[in-house]
Amino acid sequence: MKVKSGSDPDFPRFKAGDRVRVRKAYPLGHIRTPYYIRGHRGVIERFCGVFGNPEELAQMRSGEPRQPLYRVRFLQKDVWPAYRGNPEDVVEVEIFQHWLE
Amino acid sequence: MGGLPAGKVEPTEHAYAEWERRVDALMVLLSGVHGGKRLMTVDELRKNIEALPPDAYDRMSYYERWVTSITQTMIQRGVITTDELGRKMSDVENRGQSPISAERPKP
Repeated sequence: MKVKSGSDPDFPRFKAGDRVRVRKAYPLGHIRTPYYIRGHRGVIERFCGVFGNPEELAQMRSGEPRQPLYRVRFLQKDVWPAYRGNPEDVVEVEIFQHWLE
Repeated sequence: MGGLPAGKVEPTEHAYAEWERRVDALMVLLSGVHGGKRLMTVDELRKNIEALPPDAYDRMSYYERWVTSITQTMIQRGVITTDELGRKMSDVENRGQSPISAERPKP
């Protein structure tokens, strides 16, 4: 993976340990961000690289500008209201940067 | 599935049928990952699987969804036309009704 400069739009805006919130939005189209995780708060677990935007690639376009992808960690008890397992159990979801704030 | 209840996950080993292997190979070739021309992306595959009506999605097997989605993508991209597809499907269907198989003695 190439290291990007700070002025590059591809440059990852978040780093491991940063607290993020997934945008709560429901646009039409092919969206990789699962419904169940939208609107939830989590922590960046790792930066996974920069990839073509699947929302664009699915519509026969170039996938540019490419988007940084992160693995984000959420507490299961936050995601599932009736969760009865260990309160420290987590769910990790890979989410593109434009879905995080 | 998608955050909705969907029963227990039953892990099993899969023995793939020949046609399933062909569908998988078709996707590899159309994606251009081995240097050929890229005629579709995995994101289009996923988009057109998501576009299946729920009853069709539930009825189809994994590779039936793939081949349906690949076909839809090829029509959307203009690689094949609906008319060509319909005629080819008739040809394939008629292969099983050639004079040779019609003459086969009944058991």
